[in-house]
Amino acid sequence: MAQIRIENVRKEFGAFTAVQSSSFTIEDGEFFMLLGPSGCGKTTTLRMMAGLELPTSGQIYIDGEEVGQKPASQRDIAFVFQMFALYPHMNVRGNISYPLKSQGMGASQIKAKVGEVAEILGITDILDRPVGGLSGGDRQRVALGRAIVRDPKAFFMDEPLGALDAEFREHMSEELRALHDRMEATTVYVTHDQLEAMQMGDKIVVMNHGVVEQFGVPQDIYDWPATKFVAQFIGSPPMNFLDFNGMIGAGHNEVRLNEVSIRVPDSIDGANGKLTLGVRPEHIRLDDGAPYRGRVLATEYLGTTQIVTLDTANGMVKARVPSSDKIRVGAATGLAFDERTITVFENDHGHALRSQANEGVLTHG
Amino acid sequence: MSFSVTEPTKGTKWFAGVLVVGYALITIAPLLWIIATGFKSGPDSIAYPPKVFFEPSMEGYVNLFTDRTRATQDMLEAAGEPKTWYDKIAREQGTIINGPSRYGERFLNSVIIGFGSTALCMILGTAAAYAFSRFRVPLKDDLLFFILSTRMMPPIAVAIPIFLMFRQLGLNDTHLGMILLYTAVNLSLSVWLLKGFIDEIPIEYEEAALIDGYTRFQAFYKVVLPQAATGIASTAIFCLIFAWNEYAFAVLLTSGTAQTAPPFIPTIIGVGGKDWPAVAAGATIFLLPVMVFTILLRKHLLRGITFGAVRK
Repeated sequence: MAQIRIENVRKEFGAFTAVQSSSFTIEDGEFFMLLGPSGCGKTTTLRMMAGLELPTSGQIYIDGEEVGQKPASQRDIAFVFQMFALYPHMNVRGNISYPLKSQGMGASQIKAKVGEVAEILGITDILDRPVGGLSGGDRQRVALGRAIVRDPKAFFMDEPLGALDAEFREHMSEELRALHDRMEATTVYVTHDQLEAMQMGDKIVVMNHGVVEQFGVPQDIYDWPATKFVAQFIGSPPMNFLDFNGMIGAGHNEVRLNEVSIRVPDSIDGANGKLTLGVRPEHIRLDDGAPYRGRVLATEYLGTTQIVTLDTANGMVKARVPSSDKIRVGAATGLAFDERTITVFENDHGHALRSQANEGVLTHG
Repeated sequence: MSFSVTEPTKGTKWFAGVLVVGYALITIAPLLWIIATGFKSGPDSIAYPPKVFFEPSMEGYVNLFTDRTRATQDMLEAAGEPKTWYDKIAREQGTIINGPSRYGERFLNSVIIGFGSTALCMILGTAAAYAFSRFRVPLKDDLLFFILSTRMMPPIAVAIPIFLMFRQLGLNDTHLGMILLYTAVNLSLSVWLLKGFIDEIPIEYEEAALIDGYTRFQAFYKVVLPQAATGIASTAIFCLIFAWNEYAFAVLLTSGTAQTAPPFIPTIIGVGGKDWPAVAAGATIFLLPVMVFTILLRKHLLRGITFGAVRK
């Protein structure tokens, strides 16, 4: 198993830049998520790590060795494709043993190894079946079997659950995570599903337009987004943005929105001009006594909680409150923000302003 | 209960059956007639009204494979008793066999040139189609159009330049020349057909093989080729049929060593009157290789029809 380090990696396809100078490190044994909307460069980044694309510039280190320009066959890694890419002209056993054959391993050893892997994945009974008739889950397991059979330095997975039914995804994602914990293998996993990323990942890289927006553990990324993009991409409903013109001094801890003073974590840099106050829906309380006012537009019942949409002087806001609260549409109410959780963004670039609260976790790409 | 619009009734099934059988009969009739004529005697073959029932004779086949001279009664008697069954058939027609005819050689030429050009066409076509399908080839679209454009006029339109070229290069009446010529004509078809088939094969299969530790050539050879077998088989049949049946170039560019069967068969007509049974026998034998080849590859062709349905 191995550490993977990406340094200033860049990929251009003709005039189009798919990945812009990205750097991050994946520690040994980590379950690492590459998250972003389609076309953000996450798959290209993964394919460069795997050697299916060569970077235009930059270095990729696997286990301390620079492999950026090496072909995939020499990197000793495994890849699970979205459509599984099981060899259709071979049966399950043939598929799983194929990577071992390339190493020139003996037949009896291959048989033992395939048996062992099939045992782990619970597919011993389908080893001699053709891959054509397998269910989605079994195909997935065979693809995983082909990946783990030769103990590679790292596993790369490109939306491996994307082709499965919704109900089955849940189950497979648990299986995947359990498999990872058992093998303790460095795993890089590409997904556009933020829930999947938060649920399974030890660390997440969020990408957009070929740029690494943020990189860190799921909780930090959720609580302290480095950019407005991350704040909106992660969380459902996403973080609320209250745009305002104003200023916050270095070392100060309040902003003025619509003549109302709102406490925020101690600012380090300070800023002036077009700013945005970002607050997660669950960090808003509806409090008649609060000075910042809004009017209820709608409520959505979600079981234990409900989402209340409010109209304020600085735009629409969604609050997540217990469903036991009685909310009347059309009523005016006060909004109280949990001051410890607020992020202030400067509007031009969408970057979060550094504060005492988020200083440790901000890593702009 | 609902009925599909296309659900056939008993009547339409009958109608369709009759139509298909009728069409098959119309198509097969000339073929059957040729095969039958091959087994007729000379007079039977030109009898009027035509004979559907006749006494089978090997005359056509004997005449096809032998070179004979017409002999007078004295010469026939001087030659003594016929030694073999085909000697006997020749004597009955008043001829003496001098030796084997050239049909065997010509047939062998057809086999060498037909299968040779098909093989070459498949090797070059698969490689080119793979490259066009998978790599960023500069000017790809223009090159593909150029390749297609070589098929836009009938090849025979450039027969004279080719004849002159072949004469300069010493390729006239050689196997190599004919193989190259048929390959050149067929290559555009094979590149285009095979590119379609290879495009259908998801690139992930090869990438999986690359990741599994195989080189690109191994990935091509062990993963892409088995997947493309259907396409290669059907393309090979098209190429073989063209090369096998080609007549105009064969007449123009071959006369001796490399002459194929199609230009040879008509020359039989000239030897001692119109020998229709021999012509029919030659045509019948000539049909066999393509039939056998197609039947051998039939498994792949049928698989091709259902292939798309089961992939994903």
